[in-house]
Amino acid sequence: MAKPKYIEGKEPHPREHRMIFRNVDRKGWSADIKCYLKDGGYEMAKKALAMEPAEITNEVKASGLRGRGGAGFPTGVKWGFIPPNNTKPVYLICNADESEPGTFKDRYILHQDPHQLIEGMIISCYAVGAKLAYIYIREEFPEAAKIVEEAIREAHENKFLGKNVLGTDFELEIYVHRGAGAYICGEETGLIESLEGKRPYPRIKPPYFPAALGLYMCPTIVNNVESLCHVKHVIEMGGEAYGKLGTPRNTGTRILCVSGDVNRPGYYEVQVGKVTMGEVIDELCGGLKKGRKLKAVIPGGSSSKVLRADEKFTIKQGDEEKEIGLLDIPMDFDTMAACGSMAGSGGVIIMDDSRDMTWVLNNLNEFYAHESCGQCTPCREGSLWMKKITARLVRGGGLPEDVKTLQSVADNIEGKTICAFGEACSWPTQSFLNKFGDEFKKATKRSNVKKPTNPEAEIAAKGLVQK
Amino acid sequence: MAEASTDDNLVNVQIDGRWMKFPRGTRMIEACRQAEIDVPHYCYHPKLTSPGNCRMCLVEMGMPPRLAPGQEPELDEDGHQPIGWMPRPVIACANTVADGMGIRTQSTLAQECRKGVMEFLLINHPLDCPICDQAGECSLQEFSVEHGNGQSRFLDQKVKKPKNVKVGPRVRLDDERCIMCSRCIRFSREIADDDCLGFTDRGSHTVLTVNPGKELAHNYSLNTVDICPVGALTSEDFRFQMRVWFLKETDSICTSCGRGCNTVIGTREDKVYRQTPRENNEVNSTWMCDRGRLDFHYLTSESRLTDPMIKDGDTHRASDWTEAIRRAGEGLLKYKGDSLAIIASGRMSNEELFMIRRLAEALETKTIDIVPRSGEADQFLVAEDENPNTNGAIEVLKVRKPGSKLANIRRKIEDGTIKAVLVFGENLIKAGFEESLLKKLKFLCSSHILANPTAQLSDVVLPGTAAAEKRGSMINVTGRLQRLNQAAQPPGNAMQDWEILRELNQSVSASDEFEMLEDVFATLSTKVASFRGLTLGKIGAAGIPLIETEETIPLLEKERARVAAGQIVG
Repeated sequence: MAKPKYIEGKEPHPREHRMIFRNVDRKGWSADIKCYLKDGGYEMAKKALAMEPAEITNEVKASGLRGRGGAGFPTGVKWGFIPPNNTKPVYLICNADESEPGTFKDRYILHQDPHQLIEGMIISCYAVGAKLAYIYIREEFPEAAKIVEEAIREAHENKFLGKNVLGTDFELEIYVHRGAGAYICGEETGLIESLEGKRPYPRIKPPYFPAALGLYMCPTIVNNVESLCHVKHVIEMGGEAYGKLGTPRNTGTRILCVSGDVNRPGYYEVQVGKVTMGEVIDELCGGLKKGRKLKAVIPGGSSSKVLRADEKFTIKQGDEEKEIGLLDIPMDFDTMAACGSMAGSGGVIIMDDSRDMTWVLNNLNEFYAHESCGQCTPCREGSLWMKKITARLVRGGGLPEDVKTLQSVADNIEGKTICAFGEACSWPTQSFLNKFGDEFKKATKRSNVKKPTNPEAEIAAKGLVQK
Repeated sequence: MAEASTDDNLVNVQIDGRWMKFPRGTRMIEACRQAEIDVPHYCYHPKLTSPGNCRMCLVEMGMPPRLAPGQEPELDEDGHQPIGWMPRPVIACANTVADGMGIRTQSTLAQECRKGVMEFLLINHPLDCPICDQAGECSLQEFSVEHGNGQSRFLDQKVKKPKNVKVGPRVRLDDERCIMCSRCIRFSREIADDDCLGFTDRGSHTVLTVNPGKELAHNYSLNTVDICPVGALTSEDFRFQMRVWFLKETDSICTSCGRGCNTVIGTREDKVYRQTPRENNEVNSTWMCDRGRLDFHYLTSESRLTDPMIKDGDTHRASDWTEAIRRAGEGLLKYKGDSLAIIASGRMSNEELFMIRRLAEALETKTIDIVPRSGEADQFLVAEDENPNTNGAIEVLKVRKPGSKLANIRRKIEDGTIKAVLVFGENLIKAGFEESLLKKLKFLCSSHILANPTAQLSDVVLPGTAAAEKRGSMINVTGRLQRLNQAAQPPGNAMQDWEILRELNQSVSASDEFEMLEDVFATLSTKVASFRGLTLGKIGAAGIPLIETEETIPLLEKERARVAAGQIVG
């Protein structure tokens, strides 16, 4: 494969390790299959089809590949959850719903390098025994849906899909399914319900674990776009070699999506854990805006807990404990979790000292209140309640008890819901109150306390009292 | 190990400190109920699938530690492994018990969960209690007493939704009160096979509505009002009529068709305000159809007969029972034997039918029949036979083939052989008897609840009592003997039907020692083989299977299939 050249102004940073994003912004690159084949594409699909499915799963397990959709669950282990004596059809679903605020990586794979995804899916479907796969693309990506469908058609033409893939008796059909504008369709069981034509109400687990009772109550594997692309590279290098990229237990590369108050926001593919937060901000992104100081970072998509710029964290290194600052945190899964947040989907949101934290939290709460599916009580009622409180704080109507109420509402949602949206909508409130509590207290005014009013009664009374 | 199931099917579970055994596969909430611990809930219903969306049944759960291969378990003095309590609560309605599991329903965590859910449900809930029908039987009210706060912390505007929406001919919807438990949606889809309800919009703005182009109009729509935990779905017929705490509740059965669904009749001061289904897993599960449920307004109809009437020329005059019975007895005796026909009803109780039998013996007539009525059965509860006690007529009155003698009776009236007819509870004009035919009779005596053309033509009219106003027993189409209980007094001077028949019997034969209904039943049980050894008291609230029939109950078959498939508890 030739060494890629990139479009002027869009060259990768030297500290990047472009593997998944090798072809993004590449000069002379187009999304069609001819270009992909010329570059050596679909060779790994050929290689995989000559292996045993169990071999492929073992390579993925050995690679230590963890899901890139946000949860970071080991992909090989997930594939192993399909019941051993299963006789029902197995489905593979590519979760291309990418809706986590701050995340913008999967879209480039879909728009610019769809064949990498298809190749990854062919290998994955062969490994888990799926003959039917779906790519669930969020409604807001109409172009991507067209591009991916065209790519599928091309793949069919070239016998990479269909009844006899590459002349073997492996058969595979992939369909694109478009969403209709709901973040909750990124939740795997919400996605499955939507695919079945129903309202995307996530299912209770137990008993509806997708690997056992998924799409049409058959074993189903749901993987993120990026994760499925990694599978191709695992087969290319072998699991062991892939495992040498990145850091132990946090292997491979990941795509960081940096937004906020930096000079060069954008996407950066790095080896997991080989780049620290400080290096992301200063080297990759060219530092903060002029004259500003770092205030806070949301490291893994809006659902992850916020970290203060001046925070200190105690982490284990071997047998010793070490204290590090925010800027020293390596961008991996385990250390980030040990520091009280998560690597999540890679959406890094940088905030400098121009940001009002009450405004930031309210912005997040608006998103969650809007996206709550409404199935279960705590999230349905609590997400909107939290938003109403922070909205009042922002516009100056904050009351002294609001901070305590906010905290307790968030605590009453976390752990009590059907799906992880409960955690997603409560962690921002909990962490912002925890880390920036003073700002919130300052937004409350004792002078705002007055007798509760009923606006409708007031209007009615005006009509009743004759002047 | 603790005496693990000698029966491999039982598991050991600790609930609030007590170790008990339950069959494998028992839901946690059912295990608690069997342990006499009520776990509060809204969306869970044993006859429907469990979505686990209200989160009210969250409890603290723990399991023994998973042993490494070759590791020996640590046991306490009772032989149980220690329980590792999980920090995350679980719902009790959709999870099943496992061996060694611990459940805490009263711990701090469990209580916090309930307080949280309670508060969340109330923040957008309208302050409608004073005008809401559900008051007094509302789950939200009930649980807020124990698990709610006295004061609200919610200082913002509540979400506004449509109120007073007519979702169907018999049901009204208030979307603000709705807690989105989805019981009504699941009932319509799973039990009534009519997917007419659904949610629209999302999050806190989610609204229950009818699906496009549909109505909540199926014949089981009012069951959704029963199962709605709050006052979101209310009955058109019952709304604003009566506060439920004023209602006297009487267990009885519906008599609108042969199914005999078990009911609770709600009355106040002898007026029936509503009927609701009563659970009987051999008859109607926990449901009943709308038609039968609402079939009580005739009790207070304007045409209710309240006094015995005697024909004087072309009109009737009100009389007293003494004169009316005397007249009736005279007329019947005069034409006793083959010139007398007795037409009883499949709506009469077993005791009344037995009294008819004795009267027929005293009057030496074998020309007895009932009026059959049949409609269309559905695939749920409605039976084809619209008479509630056809089997009673067959067993007790010995009418081998109901309705088979009516044509013959008509012929014999026509040719003058039959000169007198005693009819109980049937309008013969609607049973194929022309007015001109009845006018040929020398003597017509009838007993009814409502005025009708047959009464108009009768020489003596005796006002009787409706099913809700009497005690007694009936046999439904599946052969089950069930009890009627008296929910209200009949109006005016109307007399219990069995007592009318006793008076008539005494008038024509100077016999009859019956003082109480129980005495009638006691004698009946000696004369009818299938009733041997029974007393009225022994029948009980759930009834007794009495005779074998070919009839099946489609709704129950479907329910059993769902239980077998593990979809519902049942």
